[in-house]
Amino acid sequence: MQFFGGSEISPSPPLPTASGNNAHMMYIFNRNGVCLLYREWNRPLRTLDSNQDHKLMFGLLFSLKSLTAKMDPSSAEKGNLGVPQLPGQGCSFHSFRTNTYKLSFMESPSGIKIILVTHPKASDLRESLKYIYNLYVEYVVKNPLYTPGTPIRSELFNTTLDQYVRGLG
Amino acid sequence: MAAIYSLYIINKSGGLIFYKDYGLQGRMDTNDSLRLASLWHSMHAISQQLSPILGCSGIELLEADTFDLHCFQSLTGTKFFVVSEPGTQNMENLLKHIYELYTDYVLKNPFYEMEMPIRCELFDINLAQSIQKDRVSYLGR
Repeated sequence: MQFFGGSEISPSPPLPTASGNNAHMMYIFNRNGVCLLYREWNRPLRTLDSNQDHKLMFGLLFSLKSLTAKMDPSSAEKGNLGVPQLPGQGCSFHSFRTNTYKLSFMESPSGIKIILVTHPKASDLRESLKYIYNLYVEYVVKNPLYTPGTPIRSELFNTTLDQYVRGLG
Repeated sequence: MAAIYSLYIINKSGGLIFYKDYGLQGRMDTNDSLRLASLWHSMHAISQQLSPILGCSGIELLEADTFDLHCFQSLTGTKFFVVSEPGTQNMENLLKHIYELYTDYVLKNPFYEMEMPIRCELFDINLAQSIQKDRVSYLGR
């Protein structure tokens, strides 16, 4: 039983568009902050080495989540800033945009974080992230040779992911 | 319902110099608002570090589950950000307008000390007016 959608991979991936690849990079973290996967399609600028970069990205998401949980205007009682929260607890966020990129973020109930960095004009990618999560479930979690918490080294997952992301508008 | 929940202005070193609440939940604790402001300042800086392309100037829009946060940074590093309802349009213009008010009524005030909390009556009055105007145009739509 999957958490999102039906038993098969849904929705069907969109057809590749002529506009080409809009995605810059993607990260998958588990709940302990281990970077399970880092894919890069188009990244001209690198300011840090990859390990530092992953840590900084995880730290940014972690702090932004505590910021949004505290700032949430819909509830009065939110606890202190920075109290540990389980996935799904408190107000989270799904994307932010700067002048050079847009970051879309999804967290599964088990604490898997999927981050996709795209062109700033990209549309709402929440459904796409769910689709990528389904790919992860199908090709990684259901792989008997995969040990949870270790970096993903599945050729099949990588190629399917590349194909799907290339088709994103 | 209010279109705008709150407005923050932070100086170039991340200190909160102005905070106003328009929501129904009442004012946030002073310590919490100061901490949120400096947290935002550092998140803004980190987002520039993580950019895949040269020339990133930090987060402009953060879309959370229950609110949107629009941020405008002036050339001198002062950041203005509003927390609004999800999907509220035209916030960039409102922020630029608030920046105009800031330059007119705060920076041109001879008694205002740079980077210090804003206590200017004229700024408060004009700000309240433009927020009101924004709310009216929001309700009108």
